[in-house]
Amino acid sequence: MYSEKVMDHFTNPRNVGEMTDADGIGAEGNPVCGDAMKIFIKVKDNIITDVKFQTFGCGAAIAVSSMVTEMAKGMTLEEASKITKASVAEALDGLPPQKMHCSNLGADALHKAIEDYKNKRGK
Amino acid sequence: MKKIYMDHVATNPLHPEVLDAMMPYFKDNYGNPLSLYEPGFKARAAIEHARESTASLINAKAKEIIFTASGAESNNFALKGIAYAMQGKGKHIIVSKIEHHSVLNSARFLEKQGFTVTYLPVDNHGLVDPAAVRKAITGETILISIIHASPEIGTIQPIAEISNIAKEKGILLHTDSVASAGNIHVDVQALNVDLMTFAAHQFYGPKGAAGLYVKEGTRIVPLIYGGIQEGGRRAGTENVPAIVGMGKAAEITKRDLQKRIDHVRPLRDKIISNTLKTDKVILTGHPEQRLPGHASFVVEYIEGEAMLLMLAAKGIYSASGSACSSKALKSSPVLISIGVPVHLAQGSVVFTLGEETSAEDITYFNETFPQIISRLREISPYSKGWEETEAPTCTAKK
Repeated sequence: MYSEKVMDHFTNPRNVGEMTDADGIGAEGNPVCGDAMKIFIKVKDNIITDVKFQTFGCGAAIAVSSMVTEMAKGMTLEEASKITKASVAEALDGLPPQKMHCSNLGADALHKAIEDYKNKRGK
Repeated sequence: MKKIYMDHVATNPLHPEVLDAMMPYFKDNYGNPLSLYEPGFKARAAIEHARESTASLINAKAKEIIFTASGAESNNFALKGIAYAMQGKGKHIIVSKIEHHSVLNSARFLEKQGFTVTYLPVDNHGLVDPAAVRKAITGETILISIIHASPEIGTIQPIAEISNIAKEKGILLHTDSVASAGNIHVDVQALNVDLMTFAAHQFYGPKGAAGLYVKEGTRIVPLIYGGIQEGGRRAGTENVPAIVGMGKAAEITKRDLQKRIDHVRPLRDKIISNTLKTDKVILTGHPEQRLPGHASFVVEYIEGEAMLLMLAAKGIYSASGSACSSKALKSSPVLISIGVPVHLAQGSVVFTLGEETSAEDITYFNETFPQIISRLREISPYSKGWEETEAPTCTAKK
């Protein structure tokens, strides 16, 4: 049902954990929906230098979180803002149709983390 | 890697003796049971022998068994067949909220045809209260259908008690015994039911072979019209190899049932006691009144499909009632009916054992499962509790 890449990111997720000194935090979804993600970013000179995630959810949700963090690491904030559900799903060699909403959550959580960083900086 | 099948409630492997019994009816004895020559007679005799064996497993008479192709067909047949046969008497049906979809969706279909249906709630262990059955009965009630044992939570219903009420009121009682027949002793006389659904693949028979017990003298309208097969109550050329397989499986099960129960029950108990040692894990279903090979849990802070995948990666095959593990992305109605909150229902997982499950398998499982729980909790944002969540509803687009 899942691609090899999804299974790889699910069984060996990258960048798992909480970041206590995050510059930006984004949360999306909730456990009633079935999936909830939290993405933490560290930013230096407009570049995402570190990313971590915590996810409650199915295999796809965990794989999407892992992939999003891997994609975003090293990107400028502008580049990371352009990550979409489609680009995450593509990077995972596709997701089953009923799991596409999981890739939505991943990109949204990342974008919220970037927004949070910008808001904090603005103050 | 070791493969451990712990999803016997989904289906079972075919017993080797069953396959041997079936083979001649694929190869040599291919006659149509209605044909008036030797191969036809052989097929006819094989079907009638299988009917005797199947009836014997549930303590019924051979003529009370109607062969069907699935448990779902039998459930559809029981509900619609009785509704149409009895509609002159009344148009009210009682079912529980934790029936299989084939009962619930048949009931919903009948509602559209002008019948009324009462969906009885269950308690936190999944039990139907016989007093609630009595209360739900009206002068219009023609049928009560209560699942014998739940495949999701393992709870076994007090069918005989419910039957006393049904008999007293002169109402027909159907029970869906797909998960129980062949796994516990099921006796239609002791349960005193009028109709009972069972399926061969739940007791090491083939898929595509199932049946409906219809007590002698009970009127039922067919679902499938055509020829005179099954006494005109279920038309269509019989699936002879599958029926022969079910008969053989019934014979073996009658012989081995107590041994199977005595084998799986202590293994099941080991799973339950070990799994409950992990913090924030809840047993779902009734603690004692449950299928002997059935252990079902809700694991807090993590999601069921992720557990299934991690378990499968370790060679353990199991099931879940979580929304994400279902194609419809809906939480199990059974878990919701026993009062499990939606966010906890996401952490559902079900393990069901069979005769080939070994003590070593369970030792391996008991080592592996807690590790998987803690690994997924490491990834979860809620490993320290649900406090942060304020999620009464889901608004995500799916």
